[in-house]
Amino acid sequence: MFIDYYKVLGVGKNATVNEIKSAYRKLARKLHPDLNPNDKDSKRKFQEINEANEVLSDPEKRKKYDQYGENWKHAEEYKNAGQYQEQPSGPGGQTFTWSQGDGEFSDFFESLFGGLGGTGRGRQVKYRGEDYTAELHLDLMDACETHQQTLTVNGEKIRITIPAGIENDQTIKIAGHGGKGKNGGPNGDLYITFRIAGHSNFRRSGNNLYTTVDLDLYTAVLGGAITVDTLNGKVKLKVRPETQNGSKIKLKGKGFPVYKSKGEYGDLYITYMVKIPVNLTEKQRDLFSELSKSQK
Amino acid sequence: MNNENMISVIEFCECHHIEMSFIDSLQDTGLIVIETVEETPYIQESQLYDLEKIVRLYYDLDINPEGIDAVINLLKRMDDMQHEITRLKNRLRLYEELES
Repeated sequence: MFIDYYKVLGVGKNATVNEIKSAYRKLARKLHPDLNPNDKDSKRKFQEINEANEVLSDPEKRKKYDQYGENWKHAEEYKNAGQYQEQPSGPGGQTFTWSQGDGEFSDFFESLFGGLGGTGRGRQVKYRGEDYTAELHLDLMDACETHQQTLTVNGEKIRITIPAGIENDQTIKIAGHGGKGKNGGPNGDLYITFRIAGHSNFRRSGNNLYTTVDLDLYTAVLGGAITVDTLNGKVKLKVRPETQNGSKIKLKGKGFPVYKSKGEYGDLYITYMVKIPVNLTEKQRDLFSELSKSQK
Repeated sequence: MNNENMISVIEFCECHHIEMSFIDSLQDTGLIVIETVEETPYIQESQLYDLEKIVRLYYDLDINPEGIDAVINLLKRMDDMQHEITRLKNRLRLYEELES
């Protein structure tokens, strides 16, 4: 694909070397991958401006680029073809047609100029490999235990440890497992974003869990004991007499594990939903009537 | 002190084609900590990722060590804010689920 280096740097065809350098510096400060973590687009653009700067700030390379323009991929053939066409050999004379290749931007750079030169303070330009991003879907129960999982990223198997307590939409970085670096540059990183599905019983907020428990009217009024589900098993609870509908209790340490803090847990908040009895017998209805009268 | 999990500063400089004086200036600014074992300067392996980032910012963008210090602090704040946004989004989701 042909890329107009002048356009990439936002300068005119007659820009001076100083103007090119200044435009490059300005864009580099804006697009540098270290200043734009997790932004693939700026990384790609940064590579483009680097290559544009490499070519346009070197008078020889710039001349070559200006000469061949979009026919860059076949620069040498173009040259030969030009010579051929200058000396046509009768009716059978061959003509060349040029098509824009779909090669990558770096191919251009390497094919035309044979590798990267130096910049700035004479340090060879090393390109850090591309960062990869991936999504991993877990259910709530998976996310509450530290476990290992094997992923295949670009054909390479990577075994990762997922710490208990990972958040929905949280991204972790696996250093050095992105694309390969160029010219001895470091490999990119792999960023994995976790998508944690909701759970039918528990809702999560940070390290705390929330659930709703049905309570029959009699236990709510008179008090008693019930068994409720938590993430790690059932728990027996005492219910106070005269417990109101919608009242909440907190079970300390029965929530979600705290990320990377072994042995620490959030809390579980239980909201009671008092269920009014239905299909009453005549006797029950009479008893409720009696109760009602006793209130007056 | 042994030099396990440590990286020789000299080797680091050779590998990245940088001057040793640059690493000294980073230490002076407090950006890295150099430890000396048997007269050889080392950095902890855990500092490597940050040090490579510092080198890139310095050579790619011409930012001086003081500027790098400011940039790194701002990036850290950005990262903390990103985490806070994620946490708040999840909290909002909880209320949205309760409403629906």
